[in-house]
Amino acid sequence: MNVLSRDAPRGRALQILLILTVLALAGAPFLFHGAKAINVAAKTCVMILLVASYDVLLGYAGVVSFAHVMFFGVGAYGVGLMLYALGPSWGALALGLAAGAVLSLVLALAIGLFSLRVQSIFFAMVTLAVAYAFNVLASQLSDLTGGEDGRSFTVPAVLQPSFHLVHDRIFGVAITGKILTYYLVFAVVAVAFLALLRVVNSPFGRVLQAIRENPFRAEALGYRIVVHRTLATCISALGATLAGALFSVWLRYVGPDTALSFSIQVDVLVMVVVGGMGSLYGAIIGAALFVFAESYLQDVMAGLSQAAADVSLPLLPALFSPDRWLLWLGLVFVLAVYFAPAGIVGALRADEGKPN
Amino acid sequence: MSAALTLEGVHTHIGRYHILQGVDFDAPAGLTTMLLGRNGAGKTTTLRTIMGLWRASEGRIALGATPLQNLPASDVARLGVAYAPETMAVFSDLSVKENLVLGARDAPLDDARLQWIFGFFPALKKFWLSRAGALSGGQKQMLSIARAIVEPRELLMIDEPTKGLAPAIVGALIACLNEIKATGVTILMVEQNFRVAREVGDEVRVMDNGRIVHHGPMAELAADGSLQNRLLGLSLDSHQ
Amino acid sequence: MTALDAGQASPRRRAEILPALTPLIVALIAAPFIGSFSTFVTLTAAGLAMGMMIFTMASGLTLVFGMMDVLNFGHSAFIALGAYAATLVFAPLAGWSSADSVWANLAVFLLAVLAAAVVCGAAGWAFERLIVKPVYGQHLKQILATIGGAIIAEQLLYAIFGPAQIPLTLPRTFEGSFVFGEAAIEKYRVLATLVGLTVFFGEMLILNRTKIGLLIRAGVENREMVEALGYRVDRLFVMVFMAGSALAGLGGAMMALYRGQAHATIGGEFLVLCFIVIIIGGLGSVGGSFVASILVALIANYAGFLVPKLALVSNILAMVAVLLWRPRGLYPVSGR
Repeated sequence: MNVLSRDAPRGRALQILLILTVLALAGAPFLFHGAKAINVAAKTCVMILLVASYDVLLGYAGVVSFAHVMFFGVGAYGVGLMLYALGPSWGALALGLAAGAVLSLVLALAIGLFSLRVQSIFFAMVTLAVAYAFNVLASQLSDLTGGEDGRSFTVPAVLQPSFHLVHDRIFGVAITGKILTYYLVFAVVAVAFLALLRVVNSPFGRVLQAIRENPFRAEALGYRIVVHRTLATCISALGATLAGALFSVWLRYVGPDTALSFSIQVDVLVMVVVGGMGSLYGAIIGAALFVFAESYLQDVMAGLSQAAADVSLPLLPALFSPDRWLLWLGLVFVLAVYFAPAGIVGALRADEGKPN
Repeated sequence: MSAALTLEGVHTHIGRYHILQGVDFDAPAGLTTMLLGRNGAGKTTTLRTIMGLWRASEGRIALGATPLQNLPASDVARLGVAYAPETMAVFSDLSVKENLVLGARDAPLDDARLQWIFGFFPALKKFWLSRAGALSGGQKQMLSIARAIVEPRELLMIDEPTKGLAPAIVGALIACLNEIKATGVTILMVEQNFRVAREVGDEVRVMDNGRIVHHGPMAELAADGSLQNRLLGLSLDSHQ
Repeated sequence: MTALDAGQASPRRRAEILPALTPLIVALIAAPFIGSFSTFVTLTAAGLAMGMMIFTMASGLTLVFGMMDVLNFGHSAFIALGAYAATLVFAPLAGWSSADSVWANLAVFLLAVLAAAVVCGAAGWAFERLIVKPVYGQHLKQILATIGGAIIAEQLLYAIFGPAQIPLTLPRTFEGSFVFGEAAIEKYRVLATLVGLTVFFGEMLILNRTKIGLLIRAGVENREMVEALGYRVDRLFVMVFMAGSALAGLGGAMMALYRGQAHATIGGEFLVLCFIVIIIGGLGSVGGSFVASILVALIANYAGFLVPKLALVSNILAMVAVLLWRPRGLYPVSGR
């Protein structure tokens, strides 16, 4: 059975970039030291899954939805609240994940079926409204969800930072529960990613793309568009739910900022566009680039801002302030939309002269 | 007298599909040219390409001496081209009057002209201030044509005006078209109904697979039954 | 004009009145649950005022979408910009605002909202040329581009005006309420309602009595045919876009005054509401968004009183309910 579902990345540059990224993530705890580095790596893994699952919907099926982060939140809160309520056990974790998955599926089905009733352009706006409503509900039901403050909880013993697998250090790194959690995240994301790769390369995946290209023709050929789109929504939702669950286990915390805010949705959009829509490998590139930049570029910006302030330049200190990180992100995003619609993946493939 | 329409080597691609594959024909000035052919032959695409709604990927289109290809639709219209599309495209939320006001563009509605139009299409007078959406299919078709002729133009392009119309209205339409012809305007008309085509058309062009496969006077085609059969095949019987 | 105009009046199908009555129906249903008449009056007045402000923000959006199928996420930027523009007027003219003169108060208010409208209209022109025009006709790119534009705009606002809220005080005359027995109606709300109604009637006048309005209405239905009749639809669209942005700014300024502060988050917050309103109203229909705005605001106010937990999601619930009843909105434009 072909691991990459016969969809290996094409183009030397892209292959190298991907291999380096995956290797860096695989060896992150040992290659990079410090809490920040491993956090960046973990977040990258989670985002890869979140973005890849979004790309199935947006890039492959051509469906614009703003409810993706809602499913992420469902997964995060499902696991988080269950661990909070039932205490740190694998059972609670599994139950939380299952509950999240079920809720996500129900919501995904509801959205898919609602799209039957309304035009597709309504659909995008409706998903926005629904996601917003969900966000509000999560804040409102503060008894359950912890409201704005969210909930901290304890994870199963093996995953706790205080847990030590072996007493010695391997390559100078103590094998704590944190490292184990990291590899749990990494492994699950890897398996899920490969599964998504399988899905988009299956006959189902090809039908999705056919529907994206020409819905009328697809319908004429007998494909039930609503069924396919709903299935795509469900698959995408499950991926996001899983990503949310992993993230909340990593953080040992769940809250509206980390799990539900619309800014996460915007980040996902940026990652998927910059990485390359319609290519799951784009998710890897996009996520890695984004999380890295978000974490380290702000320090660079702070430096620039200070320098500009020192020379009393007008406006520039404000523009370069690390709080304005989104401004530059937005700029890159818009430029990508206009000039590199196929993202980095597309640009790399084009250089190689190979067809997309 | 209006100008002649000429197309040379016109190709039109829609997405991946190569619809017009080198269309060459002319619609002589002041005459009515019928554009016939099977479904899917490319007739509507030809009209839309001339109108500038779709861009020709290759070739020349000219009205008299003025080139039309690559011009936006609004420029083509302002050069004197009026278009009554297959879908009629009347503005349902606007009144009949408002539809005609838009058709008249910069000129105010001419009373005499309107009376003349009402002569053929009395329903338009009856529903003057009513929402166009409330009109029947046939009345909408009348409105679409009326909008195209509310002001004198150089070239009239009409796409399947008799489709789905009751015979009595078809009669009114033919009468209207004959009177318009008398004003010397160049007309290019797509029509599946051969009887109507025969009555109204001076010249005929037949399309198949995105190309013109026959051109000549209508009288000639009308007199030659076997030629009709060969060119138009089954469509002859199904549109009487 | 000729004797032709003395034709029949346009027949209005009876079914068309029902959607317009939905706010009234909602009010009537809520009334018994609210119980106290004075509370009902207060809530309804508040709802009407809020509805007017929302309508001001939303009506431009529905036309922009109706005409060119442009789903403009950047609309939020104009709402926010309008709020900040108001602060720029109020800052130097604070004296007029705190003065005892009705005229001075009125003047600073009018100047502020006018400034907001003008600034946002100009910004709208720039936004349309730079961000929207390059991606005409490409739905996905256009959604993405306008989102990107909105992000950039919001960040620029923070960079220019600072990340903190900027306070705004209502001019003297508009503070306080009119009191009728036990019912209190805030003076500013009355003003907001008047402004909103003016905007509505102004739009209706332009749409129904002018050639440009005629073109806009036709363009919302079938842009291609309008083009084929010889009109430059893209120029028309720029004007509509600018008008929509100006109105968004006006609405934003009014909302900021009402809240007593201007902050960029007002944009995103009301963008979702605008989307809900134009969906409920029917994409492309100004009348529809007028009814929808009132409906949504009333529901939010009544829900806020009766079932506070649901208040914030009441809009979405209303939207779902309306769409189940009328899948294309209350007053869908033909041919969409």
